[in-house]
Amino acid sequence: MSSAAAMTVSPREAKRYEEKDFGFWLYLMSDAVIFACLFATYLVMAGNAAGGPTPKDVFSLERAAAETALLLLSSTTFGIAAVSLWAGDRSKVLLWLAITLLLGAGFIALEFGEFSGMIAEGAGPDRSGFLSAFFTLVGTHGLHVSVGLVWILVMIGQVFAKGLTAPVASRLMRLGLFWHFLDIIWVVIFSVVYLPGLL
Amino acid sequence: MDIFGRLTIESLPFYSAIAASGAAVTVLGGLSVVAVITYFGAWRLVLFQWLSSVDHKKIGIMYIMLALVMLVRGFVDAAMMRSQQAIALNSDGYLPPGHFDQIFSSHGTIMIFFMAMPFLSGLINLIMPQQIGSRDVAFPFMNAVSLWLSMAGAALVLISLVIGKFSTAGWTAYPPYSGLEFTPGVGVDYWIWAVLISGFGSTMSGINFLVTIIKCRAPGMTMFRLPLFTWTVFITSVLIIFAFPALTVACAMLALDRTLGMHFFTNGMGGNMMNYINLFWLWGHPEVYILILPAFGVFSEVVAVFSQKRLFGYISLVLATMAIGLLSFTVWLHHFFTMGSSARVNSFFGTMTTIIAVPTGVKVFDWLLTMYRGRIIFKPPMLFTIGFLVTFVIGGLSGVLLALPPIDYLMHNTTFLIAHFHNMIIPGVLFGYLAGYMFWFPKAFGFKLNEKWGTRAFWCWIVGFYVAFMPLYVLGLLGMPRRMEHYEIAAWQPHLIVAAFGAFIILLGMICLGVQLWVSVRDRIEALDLTGDPWNGRSLEWATSSPAAPYNFAVLPKVECRDAWWDMKQRGVAYRRPEKYEDIVMPKNTFAGAVIGAAGFAFGFAMIWWIWWLALLSLAVIGAAIIVRASNDDDEFVMPASEVKAIEDARFPQLAKAPKNAMEDEPGFAGQPAPEAAA
Repeated sequence: MSSAAAMTVSPREAKRYEEKDFGFWLYLMSDAVIFACLFATYLVMAGNAAGGPTPKDVFSLERAAAETALLLLSSTTFGIAAVSLWAGDRSKVLLWLAITLLLGAGFIALEFGEFSGMIAEGAGPDRSGFLSAFFTLVGTHGLHVSVGLVWILVMIGQVFAKGLTAPVASRLMRLGLFWHFLDIIWVVIFSVVYLPGLL
Repeated sequence: MDIFGRLTIESLPFYSAIAASGAAVTVLGGLSVVAVITYFGAWRLVLFQWLSSVDHKKIGIMYIMLALVMLVRGFVDAAMMRSQQAIALNSDGYLPPGHFDQIFSSHGTIMIFFMAMPFLSGLINLIMPQQIGSRDVAFPFMNAVSLWLSMAGAALVLISLVIGKFSTAGWTAYPPYSGLEFTPGVGVDYWIWAVLISGFGSTMSGINFLVTIIKCRAPGMTMFRLPLFTWTVFITSVLIIFAFPALTVACAMLALDRTLGMHFFTNGMGGNMMNYINLFWLWGHPEVYILILPAFGVFSEVVAVFSQKRLFGYISLVLATMAIGLLSFTVWLHHFFTMGSSARVNSFFGTMTTIIAVPTGVKVFDWLLTMYRGRIIFKPPMLFTIGFLVTFVIGGLSGVLLALPPIDYLMHNTTFLIAHFHNMIIPGVLFGYLAGYMFWFPKAFGFKLNEKWGTRAFWCWIVGFYVAFMPLYVLGLLGMPRRMEHYEIAAWQPHLIVAAFGAFIILLGMICLGVQLWVSVRDRIEALDLTGDPWNGRSLEWATSSPAAPYNFAVLPKVECRDAWWDMKQRGVAYRRPEKYEDIVMPKNTFAGAVIGAAGFAFGFAMIWWIWWLALLSLAVIGAAIIVRASNDDDEFVMPASEVKAIEDARFPQLAKAPKNAMEDEPGFAGQPAPEAAA
């Protein structure tokens, strides 16, 4: 299928997509404030270990590095999917979305392992203020990534069923914004939570 | 595990006659709505024209209906508190302490979250798209989701009267008292989930309104030609988008503390309760301006129309609104000067708080100068505006007093504070919304509200306000703390009796509002608004018919200056029949919004009562509804030009029947905008 034909949109439709993109940016800004509040809370509470484990005891640089690698790589593969979208190559879009999905799922699996390991060692979110803040900040990011995974899955279904139509392409672009946004948040988490905790 | 979580038969309110009657009124109210709809055989209409509607005007009307119902509920709470305090000298009065605490908590929660916020969203929805010459908001479906999430939150507060108890932690739910250790029941959870769920709706509304104003204006409607109401909505939307996340985070953390045993705000184990108070007011202070800026917008519209003059100082009003929006994020700490921050921190926030009074003062002068040498027509919306101007300045002065940390140390937590913020919110917010309700009612329903009863409502409200709240200033100076269920100081009682009498006068005001609605509907034929422009208006919402057609404007208006409609009347191009009509693309109705709202309610209820299977199920329903909706590319339909023509053609005979503007019969009418006046 030729992408040029599929993605010719009327001025009215183009305006609708522009509105949706702008609205989505505003949502991201609002979400960024949520993370800002969570970061501030974490910084306030990072020292409140209440006699329990401290960041040094529970964080692992190897795992955090692996999580970072997976997530950053998934942003790259999403970028390739976006390039394939503009090239109008449906099968490549599907392929790279699927790879992004796998990388994201790998990230979630690592994070799940980290969380369940900590809880098993008695370092769960109910142990201290520091751990409450840690689990909530990192968990909120993980929840976002999980929603992103469901969204990728839905978009794979849409690309498969509808092809690279204009509405599908428009949704893919917003999914991309969301995915890269989560990447940026993760970079901040890595720099604010893991690095200072371990160094 | 119990499938009903911690919900048992003991949760029903048979332990107290007062609680049981409150529950009975709530249940009967719900049943009577069902009965009325069934009696009129209106289920089809309610379901397919309203419940599934994505039309911004209908959504606006539903928001305002919710707000009026919650206003009654919140007022009943207020009246119960006033009567309790009037008699509770050295006695327990008629309300036990736990019940009294629930009442002041629900009064504040309802009035802020479920009266003021829906009223605001309702007026904005109804009017803003028409003011900017748009056919709808940018995201009609998301608009419906916002509405139904607000409804879900309000329903949780209402149902707390019937099943379980409401919070006793005040409308701000400060920890550690609101934590599980000190308040184990479901009350605080009702508060948390009602606020969280409706808060999501508000955030989405903010995004929706901002995109609408930036992207959907009619040709020629530049930013500095926007009517002032729309300007205030613009700033309010920015504040919503940036402030509500803080509330979401604070409430979510409190919920995590209470549900999963975390230690964000607990008294020990590394908790930091002051963090809650910071986060809460980081939202809470901008929220005050979120509520009041659109009311300022209403006053700006009303004062120009009923002074029959162009609004004085348009640019300064816009700049003042922007300044207030910016400064509103720099004053939150004045809600807790006594928390123990250093003198330097307190003086910074005290200074910022006094500075924010400056742009507000600029606005007051602009409104006064609009009235100066205008020919004022004293319709009810104008009465509310003048009442606001006088009363609000008094509240502002007491606010500047409280902004000084040393004075705040003395007055903190006394009824002086209660008097101050009611002195801002009742005239500032509520009078503004009531003025807007009476001003724009004809645009929503096609007939005017009865002016005699509107005037009576105004006088009862303003006199009742002074009688009810001025004594609280005195009581605060006498040292009376807020939220007292009973007391031993005899000197307080006379003031409290006067305040209770004031509440009774406000009750008469409430009754007048009810009678006004009843009489207006009964006599609507005599008050029909055939022109769509009942007040000789200035902005574009008066260009549409009353009620407006589903698409608002058959042909999008071309705007050439401020006061666009006045200008069109002046140039003689108002009401002109276009040469031809075009097809109009409209959003299709959908039940997805109501389904998400219902599932949101079920989710909140499940989280409150720890019914985990229901929480998962309702989340799955929400997720499925979103996915189905987001995969649907067929959400619009085309209204053919012929149908548009038929609707528009029906309007012109009406206009012919009413050639005169309804205001021409008023003494003091300054004349229609005439071509020669333009010269």
